[in-house]
Amino acid sequence: MSKKKNKPLVKRRAIREAVLHGLARRRRRDRLLRLAGIGAIVLGLSFLAVMLVSLVSLGKSAFWQTHIRLELTLDPARLDPQGNGSQASLAAGDYAGVIKQALRARFPEVRKRREKRELYRLVSSGAAWALRDQVVADPELLGQRRAFWLLADDEVDQWFKHGEAGGVRLSERQRHWLESLRAEGAIDTFFNWAFFRNGDSREPELAGIRGALAGSFYALLVTLALSLPLGVAAAIYLEEFAPRNRWTDFVEVNINNLAAVPSIVFGLLGLAVFLNFLDLPRSAPLVGGLVLTLMTLPTIIITGRAALKAVPPSIREAALGIGASRMQTVFHHVLPQALPGMLTGTIIGMAQALGETAPLLMIGMVAFIVDVPQGFTDPATVLPVQIYLWADSPERAFMERTAAAILVLLLFLVLMNLVAILLRRRFEKRW
Amino acid sequence: MKRMLFGSALALVLGAQAQAASRDAIHIVGSSTVYPFATVVAEHFGRATRFKTPRIESTGSGGGMKLFCAGVGVNHPDITNASRRIKKSEFAKCQANGVKEIVEIKIGYDGIAIANSRKAPRFDLSRKDLFLALARQVPDPAAPESGKLVPNPYRTWKQVNPSLPDVRIEVLGPPPTSGTRDAFAELAMEGGCKQFAWIKALKHQNKKRYKAICHAIREDGPYIEAGENDNLIVKKLVANPRALGIFGYSYLEQNADQLQGSLVDGVAPEFELIADGSYPVSRPLFFYVKKAHVGRIPGIREYLAEFTSEKAWGDDGYLVDKGLIPMPEEERRAFAKAARELTPLAL
Repeated sequence: MSKKKNKPLVKRRAIREAVLHGLARRRRRDRLLRLAGIGAIVLGLSFLAVMLVSLVSLGKSAFWQTHIRLELTLDPARLDPQGNGSQASLAAGDYAGVIKQALRARFPEVRKRREKRELYRLVSSGAAWALRDQVVADPELLGQRRAFWLLADDEVDQWFKHGEAGGVRLSERQRHWLESLRAEGAIDTFFNWAFFRNGDSREPELAGIRGALAGSFYALLVTLALSLPLGVAAAIYLEEFAPRNRWTDFVEVNINNLAAVPSIVFGLLGLAVFLNFLDLPRSAPLVGGLVLTLMTLPTIIITGRAALKAVPPSIREAALGIGASRMQTVFHHVLPQALPGMLTGTIIGMAQALGETAPLLMIGMVAFIVDVPQGFTDPATVLPVQIYLWADSPERAFMERTAAAILVLLLFLVLMNLVAILLRRRFEKRW
Repeated sequence: MKRMLFGSALALVLGAQAQAASRDAIHIVGSSTVYPFATVVAEHFGRATRFKTPRIESTGSGGGMKLFCAGVGVNHPDITNASRRIKKSEFAKCQANGVKEIVEIKIGYDGIAIANSRKAPRFDLSRKDLFLALARQVPDPAAPESGKLVPNPYRTWKQVNPSLPDVRIEVLGPPPTSGTRDAFAELAMEGGCKQFAWIKALKHQNKKRYKAICHAIREDGPYIEAGENDNLIVKKLVANPRALGIFGYSYLEQNADQLQGSLVDGVAPEFELIADGSYPVSRPLFFYVKKAHVGRIPGIREYLAEFTSEKAWGDDGYLVDKGLIPMPEEERRAFAKAARELTPLAL
């Protein structure tokens, strides 16, 4: 009896307890979920931090370059072989000889041929070319005797920056000479302008990213000029004009599919169509840009359609209602609202294209190119390819240059994504 | 606006085609092993002469031959580098595509080092040890001369040869696409393989089977394909002192503070020992020139002169600084002459 009477009471209490009990559990789960989310972000950020810290610690020394101060005698007999001070004559001078002479004068105890060769190796082979440019630009220097800071060899550079762990291949004698130079302050680091001014080189101390940057610039220009109008036009047609039928469904499936195709496939396509069929030059940024266009086009079309879809139908109806044609509706009312989203998609597509190497492998842009490209058809390479090539080089000094080039690439990617976010913030309309 | 864009794109394409009809820089393709040397020469050549710096693609020896033999004309490369000699089949393909006269220049040697971290003791291996440790199938350990093969049973170096340390076999090496792997299989593996009399006898009876036994590298774990990037192998070796790595001599030289080269048949991978031919795992490096392009592409003759000059490939040349093992003087003279006179190759 009492059982029957008590039951609802017990039940009510049980419900209350159960709710209270469950509440704590639900709150705990809530907290757990939030913690898991924060944990995921912290983990992701710490991976990023580890990558950045290791890149910066490895790459920062590449922005400084070791130089050696030497007293040079700019002997006109050596540097002006024709004796008329003309550009041609000055350019033909024996600048390496002048530097060698100065090294011998600084270390007069070096006599043997073998030792001399070791001594000459302290200074980079690029120092003579730099001196030539200096003298050709300023012939007044001829006949003077003054101190010059000359670019040091990469082994010396590594030794000076990282101590004994650096210059592995330096001999005892070379270390001794360098110590004596260091004692008198004739060896020091300067900001590495060459890294931003030069093209690729096999001498790490002369290698720079300018050629790769120019190549990336030209290739991306081609990509932008082609993929933006094509992508926007395709998105507008598919979203605003195309009838909904099997045919457009088929097109849509294919575009979504293309966005997921591995990029090397576009390289193969580029090789077959642009190089073998159209006979365009190998290693040219023009072809690189065309291949990257194929790659970024699906991204731009998909984001473009999403941006158009986000414009409320009421806008279209209002425009049509007051008698605007379909085209006027799209270009006067819908497109301006969708443009920020489309541009964001384009910039993200461009950032992807900037970081791409695989499709360029097939069309010959993975190559050693010293001269900075001057146009769309000059042989060129791009920034990520330059990183790949340096990472594969045996010289130790290329390691820090690889890291430094990655930092530059990351900087550009961050800038591009920042612009995308700013564009969205500035022009995006919320409905 | 769209018409304008289309027009300008078309103009770009046409302009490019007009430009492709003549080329003013040498185009070189081929082996990634020769790449570090060819690039240095190209750079010196570009700086010292009025010609443009050649463009060099690292495509691998086989890929380079394929491009090189595709035909004559400005769209085809002028020179291909190779870390092995041109094959008969490749030569025939060249001939079929109209690339009739090819000049062969040998540039020097490259040693293949089998190295480990300095933190571990140095290995003293024979080629036979390498074969037994790394082959897919080895002669039955119970009766090596019986002609019976078993899947490689060895797990530690001590099992291979009692005088070696009791360490798990762990070798990082290049993948099958690499010329270094081909050379390693040919020089080290085959060298050890033919020390079994019955396998050696096979060479003349059944060459295919002989090659299959000697060149096949095991795929059950101890041999780890570490990609084409030799720097990666160097880093992994430093991190893992128990492992051995296979890569080009120049990488060993650059990392001599962290790595040591194992002795092979009692000989260390050192400059002088590779140069005089006593280190067994070394191979010649070549490049091939399309004679039909000489005179049509500016600078080829001068590039050859730079490459074959003593200041480049001589005993004290700048290529030696980059890790090339020079040829004996007489051989250098012979190939320099071939470069001057453009003596075509006959196979």
